[in-house]
Amino acid sequence: MAPVEPRVQAATTPGGVILEARNLVKHYGHVTALDGVDFELRSGEILAVVGDNGAGKSSLIKALTGAIVPDSGDILLDGQPIHFKGPLDARKLGIETVYQDLAVAAALDIASNLFLGRERRRPGFLGDVLRMLDKKGMRAEAERSMAELKFHLPSIGSAVESLSGGQRQGVAVARAALFAKKLAIMDEPTAALGVRETGQVLDLIRAIRQRGLPVVLISHNMPNVFEIADRIHIMRLGRRAAVVSPKTHTMADVVAIMTGAAKFEEAASPQAG
Amino acid sequence: MNSASALSFGRTSRIAAKFVGTPSVGPLLVLLAFGVIFSLTNPRFLATQNLSIILQQTVIIGTLAIGQTLIILTAGIDLAVGAICVLGTILAGKLANSGYDPVAAMVLAVLACSAAGVAAGSLISGLRLPPFIVTLGILGIITAALRLISAGGAFSVTDEFLGWTGNTVRLNGFIVTYGVIIMLLLYGMVWFLLNQTQWGRHVYAVGNNPEAARLVGIPVGRLLLSVYVLAAFIYGIAAWLALGRIPNADPNALQTANLDSITAVVIGGTSLFGGRGGLIGTLIGALIVGVLRNGLTLAGIDPLWQDLITGILVIVAVALDQLTRGRR
Amino acid sequence: MSTLPMSTGTKSGTIVKSAVAGFVFFGTAFAVTGHASAEEVIVGLVTKTEVNPFFVKMRQAAEAEAKAKGVKLIARAGKFDGDNEGQVTAIEDLISAGAKGILVTPNNSTGMLGVIKKARDAGVLVIALDTATDPADAVDATFATDNFEAGVQQGAYARKALGDKKPVLAMLDGTPGGTVDTFRHNGYLKGFGLAEGDPAIAGSAITNGAQDKGQVGMENLLSKNGEINAVYTINEPAAAGGYAALKSFGKEADVMLTSIDGGCAGVRDVKAGKIAATVMQFPYKMAAMGVDAIVDYAASGKKPSGFVNTGSFLITDKPVEGIDSKDTEWGLKNCWGD
Ligand SMILES: Nc1ncnc2c1ncn2[C@@H]1O[C@H](COP(=O)(O)OP(=O)(O)OP(=O)(O)O)[C@@H](O)[C@H]1O
Ligand SMILES: [Mg+2]
Repeated sequence: MAPVEPRVQAATTPGGVILEARNLVKHYGHVTALDGVDFELRSGEILAVVGDNGAGKSSLIKALTGAIVPDSGDILLDGQPIHFKGPLDARKLGIETVYQDLAVAAALDIASNLFLGRERRRPGFLGDVLRMLDKKGMRAEAERSMAELKFHLPSIGSAVESLSGGQRQGVAVARAALFAKKLAIMDEPTAALGVRETGQVLDLIRAIRQRGLPVVLISHNMPNVFEIADRIHIMRLGRRAAVVSPKTHTMADVVAIMTGAAKFEEAASPQAG
Repeated sequence: MNSASALSFGRTSRIAAKFVGTPSVGPLLVLLAFGVIFSLTNPRFLATQNLSIILQQTVIIGTLAIGQTLIILTAGIDLAVGAICVLGTILAGKLANSGYDPVAAMVLAVLACSAAGVAAGSLISGLRLPPFIVTLGILGIITAALRLISAGGAFSVTDEFLGWTGNTVRLNGFIVTYGVIIMLLLYGMVWFLLNQTQWGRHVYAVGNNPEAARLVGIPVGRLLLSVYVLAAFIYGIAAWLALGRIPNADPNALQTANLDSITAVVIGGTSLFGGRGGLIGTLIGALIVGVLRNGLTLAGIDPLWQDLITGILVIVAVALDQLTRGRR
Repeated sequence: MSTLPMSTGTKSGTIVKSAVAGFVFFGTAFAVTGHASAEEVIVGLVTKTEVNPFFVKMRQAAEAEAKAKGVKLIARAGKFDGDNEGQVTAIEDLISAGAKGILVTPNNSTGMLGVIKKARDAGVLVIALDTATDPADAVDATFATDNFEAGVQQGAYARKALGDKKPVLAMLDGTPGGTVDTFRHNGYLKGFGLAEGDPAIAGSAITNGAQDKGQVGMENLLSKNGEINAVYTINEPAAAGGYAALKSFGKEADVMLTSIDGGCAGVRDVKAGKIAATVMQFPYKMAAMGVDAIVDYAASGKKPSGFVNTGSFLITDKPVEGIDSKDTEWGLKNCWGD
């Protein structure tokens, strides 16, 4: 991740809360997607978010990244209340997201997609006055970062629609990795991937954490979650059912809480980790 | 999203991608084929004067098609192109004929056209109304308004400046009008915007996947508004070019300009679904239509065949687009 | 995809380059030989639209005459009423095609002056058919109905046929400001013996020469004044609309409807008694005379000039004394539009 300066978490002590949400509610017509959900992401951790289909995982992270505006509830970044009007507000604060539907423009090439929404301009007159894109620079940068991520792609100039599903996810993940300055959120980034590609994405998530950034990972893949997560946030019916540690709970426990088959008294109050 | 099926299409889709990447190659080949056929049927076709005539005949629709391309690239459509352009000719003509400074008259007319773009763009981006309906409504409103202010009648516009774009210059022995030069300059400038700037990237992104564009932080509404305003501004310039070609303002003129410009855009390889295509294709598309009409006349063939062949080309172009998009 | 010309394995850049090279090569090769040698005479015809039966008749007549004279006719038309750009384009193409002469029914009397001058400067004979240009001498000659005279014929007949009745007149006009419209309207008033603004004129309506608007206009006028007993119409479709309105008011027997055009549908309406009389014009004469003039010009260099009236005839089955007319039998043989 060459262009990214070393991150200093000046404001937050290790283990301090970076991003927090309280009592978020979101209705879609008659559907209640979020029913008073709480959320807490701590510095330097990988937080997995699990839950059944329709439990509200995507809605939660969309609310956290400005992609939707919740009907009520508070969001705090570094302890300060924030109100995102749109995804751009979140991106400006260094929050990068891989959305479940990837948010790529399939007809555009890989480099264009990596820099979509934050294109670089040429230096001097060409960029400042004519507002010319630095296509070469972006291409080189894209190539370098893809190589660093060890993602094998046909050519940085090929259209994203000519890529396989896994390769497309690679592009979306690489974009988040390239620009995240505060934290990264990934909504099922390994959904369509083979074993090898999944491994690559997990490595990538670790690499982001290595840089000192916390990562939120939504996944249905329990072995992956247990392999990589520090804590597991379990969604059920638009609420947080529990937060557990993979060290203290088994996959069966998590699935039981997720489906409502079991209630874990000790899990009901979020534990210290 | 199934990676297996995506992989099995790897080869074809790579070819498709190449084809999509240079979408103006197909139209260019069609244009050249017609050029060869027509020059064989009548050698007069390639007389420099005739080629110059074809360029001049392309000026109005060719210029309108620049704006239409921008709008179609955002997955929109503009049915009011002709009406907005006629608004420009009538306003400029009326003002100049009633003693206004002609330059001021033309500037005001271009601003009025741009205002129509502001109206269309605001309704489309702000209220999220479908472009088809909004521009259809604007077409009706402007057409009625023009008939009212001009009492149904056409009038001549003889002002020197307003007709200036019809004057000719000799470039390397090739005679063109200033109108042709202005059209080509507009193509160059808008090509630059589309291909070399962030704004152009965002036009493609919004047309290709508006939700993705929104999620990466592109201000989709503002971008759409800017596209409709720029397009309408270009229609205003086209009004000036139209007065250069015909020193006459007629509320009944350019009734088929919307379909004619869409035809040029589609034949030029731009997808009606948005996000794919480009300006060079549109220029070639407009030239194909002009070459067909002119060439058939020179060959002594009933120009109704032009409509027929154009119809086939439109269907082929859309089918090709569908095929290449289907390979995603 | 492999059957498509675009997906050949060649690099697209190379295709573009070679294509451009080819175009330039052909361009220079043919530019030299671009001047065609003595070839057949080409006559161009540019009508207002392809759909109006009046112009269809004109085109058919021109085609027949061209065939008879052994010349080649290339016909073009605007796409809609008011398509000046389409007509300009057509004339430019015909100049390029090497036409000896061009017959044009201008959509707009001033819209085409520039391109007509271009044609004449290039030695092409230009004749306006049906509609004059403004100024009229922008073309070499105009072959058309004298619309003022046709209006006079209609008005004179209406006045005579009305007999002793005190006239209460309604006018179904076409499009205000149109030259043909003005000539017919003013001619009618002259023939009728009324001045513009005379109280005998109960009112007028704009029909654009269309039946539906003729009907609405007539309905409104009848509501305004039930005494109306004579109706001027710009053309037969407007008259047909007017008749429908009269009928719905139960007044078709008391009101005299007259018109201009000589379309076959109109003549049949005269025969059926819906229209008292119509003034026939002769599009095929305009076209045939135009083709002849161009053939003449090609052979001898002689150009026609000025306004040539192609004539107009009153068609009615209820002739009145002192006014020349033909009956509908003759009318149906000479009408246009079937
Ligand atoms: N745009 C929308 N309009 C209407 N309803 C929506 C919309 N988005 C989500 N929902 C509804 O909100 C609820 C939560 O959806 P959400 O996408 O957050 O679930 P999820 O946990 O991400 O599920 P999955 O595992 O399938 O991705 C569902 O009932 C869904 O149908
Ligand atoms: Mg989801």
